[in-house]
Amino acid sequence: MTGTVVETRGLTRRFGDKTAVDHVDLRIAPGEIYGFLGPNGSGKTTLMRMMTGLLTPSEGSATVLGTDLPGNAEPLKQAIGYMTQNFSHYRDLTVRENLGFVGNIYGVPRRDLSARIDELLVTYDLVGQADQRVGGMSGGQRQKMALAAAVLHRPKLLFLDEPTSAVDPETRRNFWEQLFDLVDEGASIIVSTHFMDEAERCHRIAILERGVKRIDGAPPALMRDLPAQVVEVTGRDMRGAKARLDPAPEVLSTAQIGARLRVLLRPDLDRPEAVVRTILGAREDVSAEQVDPNLEDVFVAATTPELAA
Amino acid sequence: MISPRRILAIMKKELLQLRRDRMTFGMVIMIPLVQLLLFGYAINTDIRHIPAGLVDQSRTGLSRALAQMVEATQVVDFTHVYATPEEAEKALTVSEVRAVLIIPPDLLSRAVRSPSIGAAPPPATDMPAARPVAQWIVDGSDTMIAAGIRGLRGMPLGELFRKSVNTPVPTFEVALFYNPEQRSEVNIVPGLVGIILTMTMIMFTSAAIVRESERGNMEMLINTPVRPIELMVGKVIPYLLIGLVQVAIILGLGYVLFDVAVQGSLWVLFVVTLAFIGASLSLGLVLSTIAKNQLQAMQMTVFVLLPSILLSGFMFPFDGMPVPAQWLAQFLPATHFMLMIRGVVLRDAALMDMADGLIWLGAFTLVGLIVASLRFRKRLD
Repeated sequence: MTGTVVETRGLTRRFGDKTAVDHVDLRIAPGEIYGFLGPNGSGKTTLMRMMTGLLTPSEGSATVLGTDLPGNAEPLKQAIGYMTQNFSHYRDLTVRENLGFVGNIYGVPRRDLSARIDELLVTYDLVGQADQRVGGMSGGQRQKMALAAAVLHRPKLLFLDEPTSAVDPETRRNFWEQLFDLVDEGASIIVSTHFMDEAERCHRIAILERGVKRIDGAPPALMRDLPAQVVEVTGRDMRGAKARLDPAPEVLSTAQIGARLRVLLRPDLDRPEAVVRTILGAREDVSAEQVDPNLEDVFVAATTPELAA
Repeated sequence: MISPRRILAIMKKELLQLRRDRMTFGMVIMIPLVQLLLFGYAINTDIRHIPAGLVDQSRTGLSRALAQMVEATQVVDFTHVYATPEEAEKALTVSEVRAVLIIPPDLLSRAVRSPSIGAAPPPATDMPAARPVAQWIVDGSDTMIAAGIRGLRGMPLGELFRKSVNTPVPTFEVALFYNPEQRSEVNIVPGLVGIILTMTMIMFTSAAIVRESERGNMEMLINTPVRPIELMVGKVIPYLLIGLVQVAIILGLGYVLFDVAVQGSLWVLFVVTLAFIGASLSLGLVLSTIAKNQLQAMQMTVFVLLPSILLSGFMFPFDGMPVPAQWLAQFLPATHFMLMIRGVVLRDAALMDMADGLIWLGAFTLVGLIVASLRFRKRLD
């Protein structure tokens, strides 16, 4: 491999007059977990589908594992694994039958197949469910089975489309442990999510909004280079405080998190917490203090039109 | 490269799914069983026991004897007696009876002059011409019933006068081959093989591809290296086996219950049936790539099934249909099969005699598979 597993150049896809993905340029290095962070409808799935040859781009092109797209995507299928957003294996088959089917379809050598399935059942903690029909299993178990099926043929590049959206937090944590194990074994992973904590685990992320890539980079660097300062306000009547802050020219955006208000301010201000106090006026029951930016702030800043420009 | 292993994997998966789908699995057995019993006993083209009315204006021993003679043919049962022809016509209108026999008051004088009594010399010029002894009024809307009653027109009357029947010499002698007793079952049982296979085979496969999309499995499948032709072939073969099981059920029961034995060789039967099952399955696959959901697939199945029943020669003789209808019927695999299966089962036809039909079905299967594979795209756009 030549330093990149995926490269897209102005990749665009329109459905009718709606643009789902709008001129996206990406470079994804091998051995990384690369995350697409964005709300529903931001084009994450469409982008993945174009990268796997499922959708033909309206404009632009991509090179995935050396295969140029648009073009014949069939040779690529053998080298990639794809875990769909909705569970797409056979519910009326057992875990072992499903994995066997996938193994045969991908042509995993016959003598290795049953050993490989046993190994995956142990890795993904599915030994107890091996002969259970998938339809009767929990969402988390199904998710693990889907991941096992996606990695069965040891793909070099793994696409995971919102793999943990229907899963409890503990399962999610274990799931990510397994993703890091896969990376250790030499795979590259592209994962889409709308969870901040998941995005933070990625080596690099791209923030997507309405089909446009707003920003990309490693999460720590993105937080460090945030073109804004963050002040956290605590106290009573946060709705009222938000109403006063929002129109102020120094304030870029505000977001309430429980009893706290996170305020993004222009980067050129000295003592931003003082600015906030001034705007709020003399209120004893309110405290303001400058904090380090987190990924959510990066996301908010990236998707705020005046900041993105 | 087409991979036999992938085809095998798909076959195995289909069989597993089929085994777990109790309803479908039951239908494999129950459809041929129930339909054979239903049609075998119900479809009968021999007209018997039509409910009829009687208007006896003669009221003599002779008229009663005439009515009994008519009833003895078993074609009609006199279920109602009416006083006047008007009353009888009303009964016909409300479908109380399908036909009415009106015996006129002058039955005796008509009978005496009737040439069918035989003794009378050709009538002299001053005598009134011989007239029929009685009249049937018939609900002619059903052509089969009308034909049954018309068959009574030439009924010999000699018995009426305890006189030996003056049997006329027929114009033609008819030798009935293959079905001398004229039992409808003999024609229907092999025909049913075609109808039931059309129904089940097209129904199963027309849902095959659609089901993958409906259950969300398609996105996984198109992300694998599987080739469309492998998918199609893998989905067809399990049903090929099921079709053969169904044929065995129909012909086996047909022999036990209706005494319709297979005259031809089983090997020829196997080849002919396999060709037909293949054609039906590939037609089902093509429908499956067109349908957007399983309901549409079912509607399309009915769309093919109805002409297969009505135009294939199962219900009505193919040769009697208008030429455009025949031309249309040629496109249906069932039409070719109907001809061949009756040939094998009833007439011991040889494989070479049916080469045309076999080639046609083979070509149909191949074209169907290719069309289905081409229509199946491993893309979402």
